[in-house]
Amino acid sequence: MSAAASARPLTTAVPSNEPNADPPQRSTAMYRLEHVTKEYRGKRTVTALKDVTLEIPAGQHVAIQGPTGGGKSTLLQMLGALDRPTSGRVVLGEAELSHLPDAKLAGVRAAQLGFVFQGFNLIPTLSAQENVEAALAPLGVAAAERTRRAGEALAAVGLADRAGHVPGELSGGQQQRVAIARALVKEPEVLLADEPTGALDEGTRDEILELLEGIRRDRGLTLVVVTHDSAVARRAERRLHLMDGVVTER
Amino acid sequence: MFFTFLRRELAGRRRQTAIVAIGMALAIALVMIVNAVSTGMRDAQAEVLQSVYGVGTDLTVTATPAAPGDGGADGGPQRFEFDAGDGQTADGSTALSQSRLAAGPGSQTFDAAALDTVQGLDGVEAAAATLSLENVTFSGELPAMSQDQGGTDVQTAPGGDGAPPQGGFDGAGGSAFDVDRVTVLGIDPAGAAVGPLSAAAVDEGRGLEASDAGRAVAVLDASYAASAGLAVGDAIELGGTDFEIVGTVVSTSADATTASNAYVPLDLAQSLSGQEGKVSDVYVQAASADRIDAVQSAIEEALPDTTVSTQSDLAAQVSGSLGSASALISNLGLWVSIAVLAAAFLTAVLFTIQGVTRRTREFGTLKAIGWRNRRIVGQVAGESLVQGLIGGAAGLVVGLAGIWVVNLLGLTLGGSAGGGFTAGGPGAMPGADASAGAPAGGATGPFSAASQTATDVVLSAPVTVGVIAVAIGLAVLGGLLAGAVGGWRAARLRPAEALRSVG
Repeated sequence: MSAAASARPLTTAVPSNEPNADPPQRSTAMYRLEHVTKEYRGKRTVTALKDVTLEIPAGQHVAIQGPTGGGKSTLLQMLGALDRPTSGRVVLGEAELSHLPDAKLAGVRAAQLGFVFQGFNLIPTLSAQENVEAALAPLGVAAAERTRRAGEALAAVGLADRAGHVPGELSGGQQQRVAIARALVKEPEVLLADEPTGALDEGTRDEILELLEGIRRDRGLTLVVVTHDSAVARRAERRLHLMDGVVTER
Repeated sequence: MFFTFLRRELAGRRRQTAIVAIGMALAIALVMIVNAVSTGMRDAQAEVLQSVYGVGTDLTVTATPAAPGDGGADGGPQRFEFDAGDGQTADGSTALSQSRLAAGPGSQTFDAAALDTVQGLDGVEAAAATLSLENVTFSGELPAMSQDQGGTDVQTAPGGDGAPPQGGFDGAGGSAFDVDRVTVLGIDPAGAAVGPLSAAAVDEGRGLEASDAGRAVAVLDASYAASAGLAVGDAIELGGTDFEIVGTVVSTSADATTASNAYVPLDLAQSLSGQEGKVSDVYVQAASADRIDAVQSAIEEALPDTTVSTQSDLAAQVSGSLGSASALISNLGLWVSIAVLAAAFLTAVLFTIQGVTRRTREFGTLKAIGWRNRRIVGQVAGESLVQGLIGGAAGLVVGLAGIWVVNLLGLTLGGSAGGGFTAGGPGAMPGADASAGAPAGGATGPFSAASQTATDVVLSAPVTVGVIAVAIGLAVLGGLLAGAVGGWRAARLRPAEALRSVG
C-alpha cells in the first residue's frame, strides 16, 4: 500500500468550492493550505506540490518527512512566506499569503515566523549577540531594547557567556542555539525548522530537540520541523509525509 | 545595526576591501594629478598669453585674413631702393643703409574707427588699439661699379658687363648685407589699461605717457635692449626716424619677453608706416566674465570683416613644449585617467557582485528573517560606498603626494604665442617645441598682429578645491555605482535560496 493510499484526511475544516457549501468556518488553524500547487517552469515543468490541502492548528508540533526531491523544501517555503503557490491559497492566521506583495511577505516573516536552518545560517562576521539582534532590525526595535532582548534570548538557550563570539568560534551545537535564539527573539507565532539537527551529533541533537520542544511548550509556538531523521520525527505530535508533491499523514 | 554590520563586513573581508580601495585610490590619484597638472597647464598658458595680450584681455579683434592671392595682406614683399647718390663711397666701396617700418609679414590692418565702435558697445569695460609693425634695416657694402647704371636695385646682382668690380667688403668686388628686424608696436600712450603693456612693468626709465603722442620716443623690451646693446637715453632708428629710448619694460610673467621689441606712439607708427588711420588689433576687456560671449557676438555683428577671439581661442595658439605638454595632458592624460578609472570602477563592481554571490545564503537568510530588499540593498550600497570612500581618502593622499612631486620636480615648459613665425621658447621637454618649424612669414589668423613671445614657465600643479572635490566625487560615484549594481543583484535574490539545503 502506498503512502498516498494510506493517507487519512488532513483536516476537517477545509472550505469547499461547492456552490451550496456552508460558509467557511472560523478555525483556530495557524496554517490553512487549500489546493496548493507549485510548479517550476523551465525546459521541463516540475510540479513540486500537487493540490495540497492541509491545516495546521496553532501550537501543534508537526514533523514533515519524505525523500529528497519530494517537495519538503517547497512546502516549507510556502509555510515560511518565502514563495507563492502557482495555484491555491496559503493562509497564515488571518493573512492570505498567496497574493501578498514582497514587502508584506517580508513583514510577515519578520513579525510572525522564526526560521532554524540545518546549516545554522548565521552571519559569519557578526557576533552571536549581533546575529540575534539582526532579527529585530526589521521590526524597528531600538538599539538598547535590541541588546536587552538578544541578551535574554541567548541566556534562554544557555549561551549568555558566548554573546561576543563569532560563529567560527562556536561549536555546531552552540551555533544552532544561536540560530534558535535568533528565531525566538522576536517572539514569533510559528517556528519553522529545516533539518535543525542534521549537522549535529546524536548527543547535541537531543539537546537541541529538547530545547525546541521546551520552548514550544513554554511559549505555545507552532513548530514545524522538516527532517529525514525518524527519531526526530517521532517526537512530533503529528507526522506528515511528502512524496512526489503529495502530502499524506502518517 | 546598519553600521555594526557594515563595520563587521569591511573588517571581516579585509582583502576585498583593500583591493577595491587600492584600485579606487590609484585611479583617483591619477585623475587628481592629471587634473592638477591640467590646471597648471592652463595657468601656464594664461601666463604666456598675458605676456602677449596683457592682463585682463577677454577678446581680441583682428582683421579677417584675406584668402591667398587676394592681395589683402598689408605686409607684402619689402623692397629697398637706392639712388645713385645714396650711400657713402670710400675705398672703392659704397656703404648703404635703409630702414623701413611696415606691417609685418602676413599682418592685416583695419580702420581705427573700429576702436570707437567697440568702445560704444554694451558690456565693454575697456578697449585699446595697437598697430603691429616690423622695422627692417638693410645695410651693407657694394663694390665700385664699372659703369654708371643710374639707380641701383639691391635685388639686382652686382657686376655685369665691363671691368671686374673692385672694392666691396672683400676688396674683390664682393658684397655684404645685414638685415635687422625689430618688431614694433604702436600703442596709444593715453590708452586704457588693457593690451600688451598691461602685463609689462617698467624696468628702467619710464613708460609711454599721454604727452608722448606724436613724439619720436620709444620704450624697448628690456631683453631686446640688452641683446641690441641699447639703453635708456640712446636712440633707435625706426622707419628712418631716430626714436629716443625713454624706458625699458619687462614682462610681469616669469622668464617672459614682452609682446614686442619696441613700443612707440600709435600716431607716429601709423604715419611712418603709411598706415594712417589703421590699426591691427583691438584688445577688449568685458565688464564681466559672463558677458564675454555677448560682447563677442556684438563685436562680430558690428564689425563683420573682423575676427573676434576669446581667451580659449588664444590658448589654442600657444605653441612650444607648453602647447605640446598641454595637448598631451588633454588627450593622453585624459584618456589614461578615464581608462584607469573605468578599470577601478569595474573592479569595484565585479568585487561587489562576487561578494553578493558569495553571500547568497547570507542575504537569503536575512530575507528569510524579515529584512526587506531596500534594507539589504542599502547595506550592500553602504559597504561599497565606504570602500569607495576609503579608496578616495587613500587616493587623496596619494594624489596630493603625486602633485607635490610634480611641483618638486619644477618642470620648465617653453611656450610661445602670437605671430607664430619665430621659434618657440626653450622647453625642458625634449622634442616638444612645436613652433620651431613654423614657416617664416607664414603666420596669419587672428593673432598675427602681435609678435610671437617666447616664455619659459615653471609648471605648477595647484591643489584646488576642484581637485579635492573630484577625488571625493569619484570615490562616492565609484562606491555608489558598485553598490547599485551589487544591491540590484542582492535584491534579485530569492529568499528561498536560504533553504536550498532542504531536499
